[in-house]
Amino acid sequence: MRRTKMFGLLAVCGLLAGCLGQTQGGDQARNADAKEITLTIVANAALGGKNARGANWLQNWVIPKFTEQQKAKGVTATIKFEQNGTGDEDFKTKVALDLKTGGGGDIIEIDGIWLGEFAQAGQIKPLDDVVGKTDWDGWNQIPKAVQGLGEFDGKRYGVPMGTDGRVLFFNKKLFAQAGLPADWQPKSWQDVLDAGAKLKALGVTPIQLNAGTAMGEATTMQGVLPALVGTGKPIYDNGKWQGDSSNVKDVLGLYQKIYGGGLGDPVLQQEANGRQRSFTLFSENKIGILLESDYFWRSVVEPKNGVAKMADRDAAVGWALVPAKTSGAGVGGQDFVSMSGGGVRVINPNTQYPKQAWEFMQFLNSAEAVKESLAGTAQLTQRQDVNDQVLSGDPMLSFIAEKVLPITRYRPGLANYPKVSAALQQATADVVSGKSPDDVARAYREAVVKAVGEENVG
Amino acid sequence: MASSVPDSSGLDSSGLGVRRAVGFVAPALVLIGIFLVFPALWTLYIGITNYQLTGPAAANPRVVGLDNVLEAVQDPLFTNSVWLTALFVLFSAVIGQNVLGFALAWLLRSASQWLRRTVEGLVLLSWILPSTVVAFLWFAVLSRDTGTLGLLLGSPETSWLVQYPMISLIIFNIWRGTAFSMLLYTSALAAVPPSQLETARLVGASGWQTVRDVVFPHIRGHVLTNTLLISLWTANDFTPFLLTSGGPNHQSEVLPVLIYRQALESGQLGYASAMSLLLLIGNLAVALVYLRLLRRRA
Repeated sequence: MRRTKMFGLLAVCGLLAGCLGQTQGGDQARNADAKEITLTIVANAALGGKNARGANWLQNWVIPKFTEQQKAKGVTATIKFEQNGTGDEDFKTKVALDLKTGGGGDIIEIDGIWLGEFAQAGQIKPLDDVVGKTDWDGWNQIPKAVQGLGEFDGKRYGVPMGTDGRVLFFNKKLFAQAGLPADWQPKSWQDVLDAGAKLKALGVTPIQLNAGTAMGEATTMQGVLPALVGTGKPIYDNGKWQGDSSNVKDVLGLYQKIYGGGLGDPVLQQEANGRQRSFTLFSENKIGILLESDYFWRSVVEPKNGVAKMADRDAAVGWALVPAKTSGAGVGGQDFVSMSGGGVRVINPNTQYPKQAWEFMQFLNSAEAVKESLAGTAQLTQRQDVNDQVLSGDPMLSFIAEKVLPITRYRPGLANYPKVSAALQQATADVVSGKSPDDVARAYREAVVKAVGEENVG
Repeated sequence: MASSVPDSSGLDSSGLGVRRAVGFVAPALVLIGIFLVFPALWTLYIGITNYQLTGPAAANPRVVGLDNVLEAVQDPLFTNSVWLTALFVLFSAVIGQNVLGFALAWLLRSASQWLRRTVEGLVLLSWILPSTVVAFLWFAVLSRDTGTLGLLLGSPETSWLVQYPMISLIIFNIWRGTAFSMLLYTSALAAVPPSQLETARLVGASGWQTVRDVVFPHIRGHVLTNTLLISLWTANDFTPFLLTSGGPNHQSEVLPVLIYRQALESGQLGYASAMSLLLLIGNLAVALVYLRLLRRRA
């Protein structure tokens, strides 16, 4: 009796072991000649909500057009758009769970920085493996640096959706009241802090530099990393992650000056919806300076579709390059710095229609479609030909293209990056809650060592 | 395995015959097997691997034995979480829901019909509303600037969920779960013989003396059962995630929230499964203590 029980248990465990991990693969030519196809595109965008413009484009332009195009070829195509409107981390979890269980849409829009871990998990595969031949004239239009967003380990996994750059946005109305110039351009961190001190007298929150774990990657990308490259060394340098280096301590010291010195709102950083609230507060003229990507200009304070509309955006919102700690102290000896990222569209290796999914992908990235997706606004798209046409009409976006992209840096596309990023977020949370930068830097180092191994920490 | 063979009438009291009896039970057993036993074993198994949601360990998980458990008990996040869970259970369930539930049941006994119905209705409402709806309402009450509580108290700049996360959660959970205790105690109090209450009144016992010396001995079993149930529910409650997501900076990260965040936000499925195992063991230990107390009474 007891023995059978043991055997039963062992058998179950064996079965379970077989289920962990995954091995998938399929014939690239499966259903290549299907007359009826169904494709689903998944994006963190929702009609009337997050990234409304992209959602509207997919629903009302892409789907009808592509369906029509397929019909002309005698194929009945049903294209579905799975909408999401949630925080980036939650969206990532959802996509990872979808892919892990063999489900998910056929084309998925993800943040380029997740590519490495999805690829290493085998949840996405190189485009060549999924669809076979990926010759496409569009590749010539996508700059090399931008193509890199869709690559991992030297292999191409997806088609990038454009890129962005980070600057300091400021409220010109508040600046005028505080006696600061409308064409403000700080030359050092101290200049920013000085401006903050003047704004403080107005009774508004002077500076919003994202901090804490609640904001997730927004803390790393719009806070720690732009500051860190301003100290002269990126987070991943010469094959090692930065530990409790003097650079990291400088950055944590900056956080302490802002949040310990009354120049920022520590509570806001810890609220569950802090980032969205910071947008709202900026649009209500209650925040003076805010570090963000051009996304802020395009989709947040944008007067018509933004999530925190500012009717007088063009007159009220100014921007300046992010200064290095001091002139010339930035990475590569630069005076000014930035960080960039961008989304990538990948094809689910489990798709029923690999050939058609690739066709759909080409359609999504055609010059016509990309231009249409802008709906008359400007954005740094993946395509040079489109950028040449649209950027000149928008002073902010042409500023990004001309002044920011030449000095920007990208995050290391490694699977360990999200763990280091999480440790950085935790470190800023600790500083904001009042701990000393030195103690926090030590704890941060321990966390990174635990995450990536002692030998990989500089 | 049975040491003595009972007579057949004792074994088969319904007269179904073993085969038919098994046939009747089988569907239930299959369901329990699929939805309870299998996931439990699965969790145990994942708990001894370094399985992750993404990255290399997702493709090729490795068995790491008890490493996860050892790491968890040394992890300050885990110990912090155990402590917060203990506080949460103690103050919101063992003390809060119990006392308030009993007080409501005791006081409403002699209240007029309409008052009792109204209060019971309101208390029940807070119990039966869906968690997401309730979380949204509490958000509206406790948030900064336009939160109802801040406006009422004249301090709109207070962000209650950020500045007083655990106290907010404890009060929330008392509000949320008192209905069950109230219902249970209401029916328990009906079992106290009215003649004894009358006698206590005649000899001049105060309200508290009556509760302690007359009522409590009758409902002791109910108190223990109630406390056991609400403790376990509270220890496993995930609603805190909807209110604070464990924040700020882990200050309200009770175990279910920690496990969720480790598993799905950090992607450490193996590590989080090991933590689940520890939570399960904790629950079993608590349940055993209560069961012993109950038995001692008998």
